[in-house]
Amino acid sequence: MSDTTNKVQRPLSPHLQVYKLPLTGLMSISHRITGAGLVVGTLLIAAYLIAAATSETHYNTVMSIATSKPGQIIMFLWSFALYFHMFNGIRHMFWDTGRFLQKAQAMRTNYVVLLCAVVATAITWGGSTFVEFMVVLGS
Amino acid sequence: MSEKYKDQYATHLKKAKGLGSAHEGTDHWMKQKITAILNIPLVLWFVWSIVSLQGASHAQFVTWQAQPTNAVLMIMLIISVMYHAKLGAQVITEDYISTEWFKMLKLIGQKIFFLALGIMCIFCVLKIAFTAGI
Repeated sequence: MSDTTNKVQRPLSPHLQVYKLPLTGLMSISHRITGAGLVVGTLLIAAYLIAAATSETHYNTVMSIATSKPGQIIMFLWSFALYFHMFNGIRHMFWDTGRFLQKAQAMRTNYVVLLCAVVATAITWGGSTFVEFMVVLGS
Repeated sequence: MSEKYKDQYATHLKKAKGLGSAHEGTDHWMKQKITAILNIPLVLWFVWSIVSLQGASHAQFVTWQAQPTNAVLMIMLIISVMYHAKLGAQVITEDYISTEWFKMLKLIGQKIFFLALGIMCIFCVLKIAFTAGI
């Protein structure tokens, strides 16, 4: 057995705790986070379909939760996560063909993806409701 | 043929034909891309449907869901989304879980989870489609 207490003090490379992620990096991890979050969305679809297939009472319960304020905020965040994941996924398809891989291009397309996601969410919810949600989320 | 001889005699072409160290990967990537492309129109249809069904009564929803086009699109959405989610969740687990037995257990659990969730959703759509108006 070697003596494990006598370790060589090797330099450690900087890791996430000390490394400020650039926007491209944040977008990358956000793709994964929204992907995992959207799994929760599939549970909501399941809840909706199961309730509708079970009885009117169950359906009404789910619908009242979905149309309540907290329910609407979850739906709002869900829709944004969905659009973000979709547009960033489309960018991934461009990357797969070798396009937009330069650092500056990645930076520019970051903003395109974010803008598309915000605009699509705004279109989905309509102007006034979108602003209302942004205020609620901001407060 | 054992791994040893495969290494010795396999041509570069054989090695390049989509088989990396795990002997798969291109397949996973391709399935992820195909479901991703399929998800785009299906999800847009789904979001548009959900928006127009906001506050719909049970009878309204059942009538809508029982329409053949809506039932088929919903089933396609469920299959494509669940499969895409299964593939994505698999990669996340493979990346972050390093304990071999736990990784295997989690991967099997996830497979069963998405399969069960998908079957559950499809069954509900079919039940609604076949019993609406009875």
